[in-house]
Amino acid sequence: MGKRVLVTGIGSFWGGRVAEALEKRSDVDVIIGLGTDEPRVELKRTEFVRADSSYSILSRIVQATKVDTVVHTFLVVDSTRTSGRQLHETNVIGTMNLLAAAGAPGSSVRHIVVKSSALVYGSSYKDPAWFSETTPRVAPVKTRVERSLLEVEGYLRDFAVDSPQVAVTLMRFANVVGTDIVTPLSKALELPAVPAIFGFDPSLQLLEEDDVVRSIDFVVANEVAGVFNVAGDRRLPWSEVAALCGKSLFPLPPLFTGAAIAPLGRLGLVDLPPETLSLLRYGRGVDNRRLKAAGFVYRYTSAGAVENFAKGMRLRSSLGTRPEPYKYERDVESFFSHSPAVRRPT
Amino acid sequence: MSGDLHEATRGGALVPIPREDPVDDPRLGDVDEWGRSERMRALARRLYGPVYRNWFRAEWEGLEKIPTTGGALLVANHSAPLPSDAPVIMHGIEEELGRPVYGMAEHLFRAIPVVGTLWSRVGGVPADPDNAYRLLREQQQLALVFPEGTKGTGKTYDQRYQLRRFGRGGFVEIAMRAGVPIVPIAVVGGEESMPALFNMPGVARALGLPYLPVTANHLVLGPLLGTVVYFPSKFKLRVLDPVRFDVEPDQERYSKSRVMEAAEDIRVQLQDNLYDMLRSRKSVWFG
Repeated sequence: MGKRVLVTGIGSFWGGRVAEALEKRSDVDVIIGLGTDEPRVELKRTEFVRADSSYSILSRIVQATKVDTVVHTFLVVDSTRTSGRQLHETNVIGTMNLLAAAGAPGSSVRHIVVKSSALVYGSSYKDPAWFSETTPRVAPVKTRVERSLLEVEGYLRDFAVDSPQVAVTLMRFANVVGTDIVTPLSKALELPAVPAIFGFDPSLQLLEEDDVVRSIDFVVANEVAGVFNVAGDRRLPWSEVAALCGKSLFPLPPLFTGAAIAPLGRLGLVDLPPETLSLLRYGRGVDNRRLKAAGFVYRYTSAGAVENFAKGMRLRSSLGTRPEPYKYERDVESFFSHSPAVRRPT
Repeated sequence: MSGDLHEATRGGALVPIPREDPVDDPRLGDVDEWGRSERMRALARRLYGPVYRNWFRAEWEGLEKIPTTGGALLVANHSAPLPSDAPVIMHGIEEELGRPVYGMAEHLFRAIPVVGTLWSRVGGVPADPDNAYRLLREQQQLALVFPEGTKGTGKTYDQRYQLRRFGRGGFVEIAMRAGVPIVPIAVVGGEESMPALFNMPGVARALGLPYLPVTANHLVLGPLLGTVVYFPSKFKLRVLDPVRFDVEPDQERYSKSRVMEAAEDIRVQLQDNLYDMLRSRKSVWFG
């Protein structure tokens, strides 16, 4: 019998891409995509269910569908996208509902995969060069996205202790770049001159978007449990990241940086949240060897990820637009999934 | 399945992983994971060479005791508010042995614009046990630490060449865990290159600095130049016999008394050698 997988955040970049990867697996029987928004990638056999952002209907879905694996991709790590309240609602309350549903007596769930972020390590001058999965955070928690992710991880730790029958995988992703994803870093790199804090050239670690999807697919398929950092090999200075993108740097003042860029933010020119500003000052490195030891093979190094991003950026600037995204049409999808007129492989 | 999140486990049958081609790494620069750039370091060596040769006229004794391969923790006495000893040691070993030396210093360095970046480009690494372990054990590099820390550089001239406490012996524990020898280096000349006359602890605290002294250099050269320009004292460096520990590496913990004892032994050895070198020194400026 194959797996029955529930993917949260199906309308987000990651949810859709992960569902797409899981659809290719013959040992995955059922994929249910839960999300506030419609999927943005074309999905063949994923069933889309609409939910509110805190996932209050989740326990009903888990009970009704008897899923054994839950992939929780719907954690907001880009604080420029939502308000503080919405962030808390989605990350903390959403995860609490998910864990409550999965841990309920008689629940069919045996494996939970949560997509967290290396933001939980923070970024400060007192950091070690590399954070392993067990290195404690050094920097004080100041930003709301970091606080919400740390709360989520706390609930997950409690859940792992309380529900030993469920395997828990917690994945902490480094900063992602790629051909499609939009993040505060990618937005910064798309600017004519890349913002940098004068006097600082931090070493960053980056991750290609395909490696994100592949790593989630890997832990689901192989039922790998534990805490894992996910990041491309090696670190490279921010100046080199900009150079790989063919851009020059635009220095921001090292003192009162936040105040200095606030007017530019108002004008919509740059959008650098506090957690990105501290990253541009001190950088961050996470030790990715544990996931490699579990058998995962990265396709891109940090520099390779940046190069791929630069290729995508050059293509977009040559074409002048982003390619038209896929549009979900309920009638069309339900025709393809359920109509007797469609011949399906048996 | 485990209730402990941090225990990595895997279930299910594993698909054999296809061997893939080595992953392409399209780097442009040569900055390593510690922030050190060999190109920047080479430039720094070119610029610093004349200072090393003609200003400090550094002279080594026992340089052959520093291992040419494998990791080793170099340990030296520390002096001058703006330490003049670290660049001399790093430059000398890199020139003579042709292998990089990572200088471990206060984290605070990283918070200073420009200075922090330059420091890391020329081989500076924040003094963190995790960093030291990775450098010594996994990468088998040479790392330089000053166990006195800011207690050594923050002392005034009347206490010159009096070694401070060697912390809590953390450097010994790291060497034990990494399975590398400790190579002590006694340095004479650093204290006179920038003698601190008195400290201003109140001002230092207000500025968030570990210490802030008025130095003889300030009196002679003025407040700006005096902060960065050294007196041309003669540098003499003596490498002592490497100290090896008869313990298994990678242990969870090591006997604290054993660690403290070893740290104190090294401190006493360095102190004795400093006195010995000072006894035979005829002139601060000419050695």
